[in-house]
Amino acid sequence: MNKALKIVVLAKQVPDTRNVGKDAMTAEGTVNRAALPAIFNPEDLNALELALRLKEECCGSTVHILTMGPQRAADIIRDAMFRGADGGYLLSDRKFAGSDTLATSYALSCALRSIGADVIIAGRQAIDGDTAQVGPQVAEKLGLPQVTYAEEIVEVKESSLVVRRRLDRGVETVECPIPAVLTVNSSAPEIRPQNARLVMKYKWAMIPSEMAAASELATKMVGERDYLRIVEMTAADIVCDEQQLGLSGSPTKVKKIENVVFQAKEAKCLTASDEDIASLMVELISSHTLG
Amino acid sequence: MNNVFVYIEIEDGQVADVSLELLTKGRELASTLGVKLEAVVMGHNVTGLEQTLAKYGADTVWVADDEIFAPFRTLPHTATMCGLIRAEQPQIVLFGATPVGRDFAPRVSSALHSGLTADCTQLEIGPHKDAKTGKEYENLLYQIRPAFGGNIIATIVNPDCRPQMATVREGVMRKEECAVAAAGEVKTIAWKEYITPSDLAVTIIDRQMEKSKINIKGATVIVAGGYGMGSKEGFQLCYDLAEVLGAEVGASRAAVDAGFCEHERQIGQTGVTVRPKLYVACGISGQIQHTAGMDQSSMIISINSDPAAPITKIADYAITGKVEEVIPKMIKYYKQNSK
Repeated sequence: MNKALKIVVLAKQVPDTRNVGKDAMTAEGTVNRAALPAIFNPEDLNALELALRLKEECCGSTVHILTMGPQRAADIIRDAMFRGADGGYLLSDRKFAGSDTLATSYALSCALRSIGADVIIAGRQAIDGDTAQVGPQVAEKLGLPQVTYAEEIVEVKESSLVVRRRLDRGVETVECPIPAVLTVNSSAPEIRPQNARLVMKYKWAMIPSEMAAASELATKMVGERDYLRIVEMTAADIVCDEQQLGLSGSPTKVKKIENVVFQAKEAKCLTASDEDIASLMVELISSHTLG
Repeated sequence: MNNVFVYIEIEDGQVADVSLELLTKGRELASTLGVKLEAVVMGHNVTGLEQTLAKYGADTVWVADDEIFAPFRTLPHTATMCGLIRAEQPQIVLFGATPVGRDFAPRVSSALHSGLTADCTQLEIGPHKDAKTGKEYENLLYQIRPAFGGNIIATIVNPDCRPQMATVREGVMRKEECAVAAAGEVKTIAWKEYITPSDLAVTIIDRQMEKSKINIKGATVIVAGGYGMGSKEGFQLCYDLAEVLGAEVGASRAAVDAGFCEHERQIGQTGVTVRPKLYVACGISGQIQHTAGMDQSSMIISINSDPAAPITKIADYAITGKVEEVIPKMIKYYKQNSK
């Protein structure tokens, strides 16, 4: 019999950069951000699945989502609840705006200290930045060991987890004491579908800021049922040094942004001549399409 | 003090290519700044690597040699790197964007509270003026990287915190031996002072290096072959091009049915749907069955001997020619022009 664990999944709502097809580009060849839907970061869904499986292994465990973002990010917390998560925390404050990975990790680690967790599971990386930094940076801030690129939790022991990691050229199995931070690869099992019963149960779940615009029925439902309350936290709700939040807490600064200009839709016809192929390769390299 | 550090990754007793590429770039940055280039090696039985590292420009080779460093574990590497950085105060530290570098470099940045930019494609030295405060900086590291799924290119700087840290993927930078080897003076890292017993808490139970799974869904560049590749042997050209471009190999249903490659690589209605940044369709006619699975690619290049093949309708570039003639030329000119 495994002991009950408090599991927290770090997740992010991201623009769907994988869907940047031709429709999502403007005539000038820049990104039309409005055309990109906001989605649950794909590897965070793998992380959620691993968390839900761990919950099933350890009777009495709970899974909560922790996300930082604007109010609409509450959508991914509801999505997670429809799939089996018990609830969530939305960390939302203008003071977090402009955070780089380090300032984000600082805010998340402060929130995690107040929430408390035995196992923290995150996706390896988010598709809007692909940095893979936040998981390890949170682990360092909390002084916890980490297991990156996790694919499966092989065994749950009294005070440790046995985890299989997928690396570029193979697999590695490690034993890691808990509390710990795991980051999960897309090679881990896919997320389970939403469950109709859970959708019915949690469809009114909301953060306090959403209550103002909610219907009378929804407000009444949430008022009567604690499990429909998604926790909303501001900088004031976590013990932190505000200098380390947002722009002031971010050592990296964006100096310049250039849009990658995509080619017009009409096909350019080329021959198999050396000149044509050479100039094509030079163009692909200089436009950062390759390399 | 103020030197440029490069973390050296060891693969099967040899220095990994990405580390030699970083030394070449690091040498250039150190020369621009007028400082030394120092290599940092952590591993077991790693003596004798200093000659190679010196050839690629390392003035100093810092070594921590003990069985706790191999195979790689996050915490001993992090503690040792942080200890060395605190003692030596480098201004720049570069890591390969490998599973190892991407695992422990963020921890180092978190522990030292300094910025880290992932997967840089260019590194340069230049001035910077803070738009808000008007404060001016000289000789910052420009960390240039694609972001937002590759749709924008961002230049990142790290004005106030040190060291400035970046990771770079393998194959992005060029490696080149120096005309005259640097000194490569070996120094021992005082790692025993930096590591605590809790750094050894994670234990490796088993390691099996094997061929990794095929991952065409997640690939940013795909080279796909069709029936026009002619044979299983002819299809090999797709693998050759993919290897050079760092791409995955896909195939049309006709190629899979003909036995040119395994079913897992099939793209289209009965295979997987992909949306890579670049899709190179080799000897693929472009039946709707196939194009349904790839027409959302950001850029499509088709190679086909028939200029009227349907694939050219959705292609951004349509090369009319034989695959066995065009693909080797693409490989040749990519190699000639990439950094």
